[in-house]
Amino acid sequence: MRTRTPAPRRRALTPWLFVAPALAYMLLFFGYPLVRNVVMSFQDYTFSTYFTGEAPFNGLENWRTVFSDELFGASLWRTLLFTVGSLAGQFGIGMALALFFSRRFPLSGVMRSLLLLPWLIPMVVAGTVWRRVLDQETGVLNEALQALHLTSSAVPWLSSPDQALLSVVLVNIWIGVPFNMVILYGGLQEIPAELREAAVLDGAGPFRSFFSVTLPLLRPVVTVVLVLGFMSTVKILDLVLALTNGGPAHSTETLGTLTYQLSFLRLDFGQGAVVGNVLIVLSMVFAAVYLRANRGGVNR
Amino acid sequence: MSALRSGTGDAARPPGATTRRQRAPGGSPRRRPRTTRKARGDAVSLVVGVLVLAVLLFPLYWMVNTALQPGASAAGLPWFPRSLDLGNFQRAWESQAGNLLTSVLVALGSVAVCLTVAAPAAYALARFRLRGADTIVFATLITQMVPGIVVANALYNAYVGLGLVNSYLGLILADASLGLPFSIVLLRAFMVSIPEEVIEAGMIDGGGRLRVLVSIVLPMSRNALITAGLFTFLFAWSDFLFALTLNTTDAVKPVTLGIYEYIGAHVGDWGAVMAAAVLSSVPAAVLLVVAQRYVAAGISSGALK
Repeated sequence: MRTRTPAPRRRALTPWLFVAPALAYMLLFFGYPLVRNVVMSFQDYTFSTYFTGEAPFNGLENWRTVFSDELFGASLWRTLLFTVGSLAGQFGIGMALALFFSRRFPLSGVMRSLLLLPWLIPMVVAGTVWRRVLDQETGVLNEALQALHLTSSAVPWLSSPDQALLSVVLVNIWIGVPFNMVILYGGLQEIPAELREAAVLDGAGPFRSFFSVTLPLLRPVVTVVLVLGFMSTVKILDLVLALTNGGPAHSTETLGTLTYQLSFLRLDFGQGAVVGNVLIVLSMVFAAVYLRANRGGVNR
Repeated sequence: MSALRSGTGDAARPPGATTRRQRAPGGSPRRRPRTTRKARGDAVSLVVGVLVLAVLLFPLYWMVNTALQPGASAAGLPWFPRSLDLGNFQRAWESQAGNLLTSVLVALGSVAVCLTVAAPAAYALARFRLRGADTIVFATLITQMVPGIVVANALYNAYVGLGLVNSYLGLILADASLGLPFSIVLLRAFMVSIPEEVIEAGMIDGGGRLRVLVSIVLPMSRNALITAGLFTFLFAWSDFLFALTLNTTDAVKPVTLGIYEYIGAHVGDWGAVMAAAVLSSVPAAVLLVVAQRYVAAGISSGALK
């Protein structure tokens, strides 16, 4: 027999039953890994751990080893270069395209959605395609550059340690432009056209009206785009593995690939966790910026 | 196209809510004498747009072009296929068909798990005055900062103990987590704007909260559910990291992992590799054609709400 009005206590509990599965899920798949990585970074994982499951605590040993490894410092530096370079390119081109498309013209809608493709296909696939395009001997890019006499010899896009990181950044810019474009375009649509028209009437040129009217009004959107971009770029892994596997000569190794190498190729999960923790700290700094920028935006 | 023109946020809004984004077509009367100039401007924009598209989409064209031609591995490949040759696709299909099926199963499973968990939570966060609801939404947003490799690091070790390494269930659960925060935030933003009267009417009819969710809120949230589902599918389909780290055998191998191993093993056979790349881009292309307005809407609302 069901009662029509449940007892007050039951009523207070049922709402939580709706949230509980999602909360449990996020605790298990995001909260637990955060804590576990901190713990793991103080444990000694060896090959035998693989069979016994036992990893004794070893204090700061992992941290010391990782921090004294030259590869770590170099990877940290490259990760920052990679992130800053990618964000600058993605944002610059994305903004230019967003402005271009906000002047609507025939077929502009179709074009905008076609431009999403590089972002929608799996990153590993994008990396594979570019590996083909950038191939030193048989790639179409070198072929075209040489045919146009822009370079005299084939550029070793992915095969020279001096060039590879820049190439990976360029490919990542290509992947990230659509995301930046769509969000900035959405932000631009929220700015009343009258405001820009008023600026033009007041005699402001296109640059002036962009920097003194559009950009300030777009600031919250810009912050969100950059911070989301930072968080997804700093942990880059798929693309690097598909393009260069971190090589040649570790020249494209980032904190993401280093974590993977340490944990899953060397099976030293302790040292991998140390690098992972550094990645988390980097992201946390920017998450703080994100939350500050987004404060109050949640209830919109 | 008309759907795209009306702005990017439609799918994340209930049918009743109006947007004020549409600008009056043709501009103000003041501009009317300048129609020829506008037409010329349109033509210039169109040409520039086509050029931009040609440059940015060239690598994808080259992928298709390479996949369609025999002898694709050498330099000097013709810029247009002269005849249709499906030999590359045949070799790609032979090696990747099973992996494609795995990808489909894992992605569908992830969508099912993700929406089942996200929908009730989004409903509760949107409509029940829960204490701490804001904190939970905040936490959901912050999860985006946890790097996948960090999750994989811990998850692998937990999975070893649970026997979930090399299992469909393990990969599905991990991949569903990729779409969960996005889905909760998106669905919640939508459910907030469902009129209170509709829900009250359902409660008065004697429905419990679950009943109201299933028979009133979910049907009304169809668009948001589709958007969340599409993105979760794409996230799971594109996943490489979890596939790479949570599997040590060939038992569960999605196509992203398949392609990665394939280039390692068949460096010379670019034709087949590109054909496999084309096959694994199909869902993204299909989604763009079939559901373009949901895709654009999802990207903006997921990031901005």
